[in-house]
Amino acid sequence: MLEACGMASPDELFSHLPEALRLKRPLDLPPGISEYEIVDYFRRRAAENANGYASFLGAGVYHHFRPVLVDAVVSRGEFLTSYTPYQAEISQGTLTAIFEFQTMICQLTGMDVANASMYDGSTAVPEAVSMAVRATGKRRVLIARSVHPEYREVLRTYARHQAMPVEEFGYQPDAGTIDLEDLDRKIDDLTAAVVVQSPNFFGIVDHVKAAADLAHRRGALLIVVFTEAVSLALLEPPADADIVAGELQSFAISPSYGGPFAGIIATREKFIRQMPGRLVGQTTDSRGNRAFCLTLSTREQHIRREKATSNICTNQALIALMATVFMAVYGKQGLRELAEQNLAKAHYLAARLRPRFTGPFFNEFVIQTASPDKINKSLLKKKIIGGLPLARFYPELSDCLLLCATETSRRADMDTVAEVLA
Amino acid sequence: MISKVRPHLSQNESLLFERSSPGKIAYQLPALDVPAVDPAATLGSANVRSEIPGFPEVSEVEAIRHFTRLSTWNYAIDHGMYPLGSCTMKYNPRINELVARIEGLAWAHPYQPEALAQGSMEVMARLEAALAEISGMDAVTLQPAAGAHGELTGILLIRALLEKRGNPRKKILIPDSAHGTNPASAAIAGYAVENIPSSATGVLDVAALAQLVDRDVAALMVTNPNTLGVFEENIMQAAEILHAKGAMLYMDGANMNALVGIARPGDFGVDVLHLNLHKTFSTPHGGGGPGAGPVAVKKPFEPFLPVPRLKRSGKKWAYDYRRKHSIGRVRAFYGNFGVLVRALAYILAHGGPGLRNATVDAVLNAVYIRKQLEPYFDLPYPSPNMHEVVFSDERQAALGVRTGDLAKRLIDYGFHPYTVSFPMIVHGALMIEPTETEGKFELDQFIAAMISIAKEVEDDPQLVKNAPYGTRTSRVDEVTAARKPVLRWRPA
Repeated sequence: MLEACGMASPDELFSHLPEALRLKRPLDLPPGISEYEIVDYFRRRAAENANGYASFLGAGVYHHFRPVLVDAVVSRGEFLTSYTPYQAEISQGTLTAIFEFQTMICQLTGMDVANASMYDGSTAVPEAVSMAVRATGKRRVLIARSVHPEYREVLRTYARHQAMPVEEFGYQPDAGTIDLEDLDRKIDDLTAAVVVQSPNFFGIVDHVKAAADLAHRRGALLIVVFTEAVSLALLEPPADADIVAGELQSFAISPSYGGPFAGIIATREKFIRQMPGRLVGQTTDSRGNRAFCLTLSTREQHIRREKATSNICTNQALIALMATVFMAVYGKQGLRELAEQNLAKAHYLAARLRPRFTGPFFNEFVIQTASPDKINKSLLKKKIIGGLPLARFYPELSDCLLLCATETSRRADMDTVAEVLA
Repeated sequence: MISKVRPHLSQNESLLFERSSPGKIAYQLPALDVPAVDPAATLGSANVRSEIPGFPEVSEVEAIRHFTRLSTWNYAIDHGMYPLGSCTMKYNPRINELVARIEGLAWAHPYQPEALAQGSMEVMARLEAALAEISGMDAVTLQPAAGAHGELTGILLIRALLEKRGNPRKKILIPDSAHGTNPASAAIAGYAVENIPSSATGVLDVAALAQLVDRDVAALMVTNPNTLGVFEENIMQAAEILHAKGAMLYMDGANMNALVGIARPGDFGVDVLHLNLHKTFSTPHGGGGPGAGPVAVKKPFEPFLPVPRLKRSGKKWAYDYRRKHSIGRVRAFYGNFGVLVRALAYILAHGGPGLRNATVDAVLNAVYIRKQLEPYFDLPYPSPNMHEVVFSDERQAALGVRTGDLAKRLIDYGFHPYTVSFPMIVHGALMIEPTETEGKFELDQFIAAMISIAKEVEDDPQLVKNAPYGTRTSRVDEVTAARKPVLRWRPA
């Protein structure tokens, strides 16, 4: 091949690069290793992580069983090793699956339209806020302190240089739901968006309807965030929201130390053209057969450049596919039963402890204890990872733990947690 | 003559919702080992929904057949060459998939105690160090979830440093050949965008740059090699011009597959760079994500990197959250860890020498394609190319056939199309990137297909304009899709 290129040595391929900037030594990385050694390396790293522990951590990442079908599907090279489906004629598999995904997200959230997925829930929030700013022509943002603390941090990073002042409003110290009076005090006619999470960071089903009323009275949009997608099967969909921004990790996406996950944005019909990210639409091919393609791309960066609705380029197609297979496997009946099992497990555990807040909760709740760190240490000795200490995020809750139980929590482990905490 | 493929039957399949019937299930749950609770009584009846209208109800066999049938309607790298320029569609080693699924890694919770996450932290630290060595930079953040996310992070870092120095400045310069994400990311970071025209040879016009750089310019965002596959030979002069005026050089690492082991951005004046692990480092594209877009920086930017940062504390890894100059978080947790595992597996498998060899092969493949196709397609920029080559459809357009038509015809020959109509500075671009993955056999088949199509254009342009013929889905009506959007299924 070199000869065909008229070259005598591979170095000639790079001879046009200025001499001064060429690397004159080998990279300081060890030589390559075999498959066996690679597996061994990562098995050793995995052994340095928690192994064989039961866990009661939630807080945005949940331990749910992954149906076996999920990996069988996403391991297929046709899905795994394909690109963004720009060439519709040879990408109908991915496009059809995304269309089903968009539909099921609408069915779950009660919204009219959903996009093909976002990076994750935390980045979906600033994207939803930017939508609200464009739609209302206003710039002020109010976000509840009961929204996931790391999501709020991400929003602040994004908003800082876009002239979108972000303020927080509080939660009821007893109920753990949003403080509607505080929201009422802070909201004004310059407010573009009110952001609440339900179930909120404390696991509590929050006052979406009341927040919507307050927001709409002032011409602001209501953005409802969720981190525990399984709750959508049981809870009344946030139909009063203008935008729903959430995280699908619970739908067969392994925790994987925090990613990759898949976020969603769903909204009402009238905000379609403000949406970020990919959208798949139905159409026909030249023979009249139903076909799907990426659509409404005039919103996007490759056409609009600096005037685009977002800088986002791709979605999380393979992760969204995991969620799609999960939703197909559980289906109408199974997703409900799964949610009810989560509810039952969390309430079994909570009944033996004393939740800090009185609001209704799904599969997470906060408990108060003299020494959260000591409790967690005692639990670790019993091969249990306890709850998340809230001190880092909520100084006023420094004596609190956030605990989560799912369908995978065993009764015996929950009994142990209750004993240690008693 | 089409030799690579012949048609075979593919199964029809309706949407999940259309093939559902009440009561069918594909799931299994264990019996509840605690008392059931009444949702309405526990949560309040107003908070509980009745059902999920329209949600699928299928059996396990129906579910697996459904998705398997859909999968057969996709083209993939596993089928053959995927010459999308600037997308670096290289083989995705299956070892990467295996190690990312090892239980202690795949099931690690981001909030599990640091003492019980040392393996994950070691993986990230090792990857940070490898990427710093490959790029010639001083520090790396793994937090950004994708290339565009890395761009935003990188520009925020530049803004933070300039702000600390007293003036964040007003604008970012971007060549007209850049990816659309560049200007979109700069805008989110609060900057105005000024596009700068490329020179007649398709590279940065340094004289023009010197005229443009003033105290309002925060940075130049450049892709190197650029989207023509041409190395920016004046990059060091560009860096000098910028640095002399206190501005920064940002590099989009989308085309890093041309440089690994050959030249390092840190050695040619780059201040901030993002890498695309789903391009250069072989993690799967998955039909459009997930990716990962780590950002590598020079020393002065290190205090501004997103929190938390990994730090060594005695013999253990720990997280440092208390960094007062940090731009903050760009994503929850630590990044797309599962993607990071796959990228590190690729780096370990290749090692230093193997990574360099991959670069040599990637460039050789692109140069070979160029030599073979130059007689048949117009080459608007004759500068030496690296990992990709960009032709224009000028000769074919004279007969009424455009790059998009040629691309669709290529499908009939058993290949995924090249990147169509990008970069925008080339009218009717055909942007071809073979990557190191392809051997001579597949390359020659591709070249033969392209030559055959060029001849078809001369003999029977209409044949090419109506392609593809061999796919189960013929040309798709994208205009109607956008004009009357149908974005979800609804019952008839």
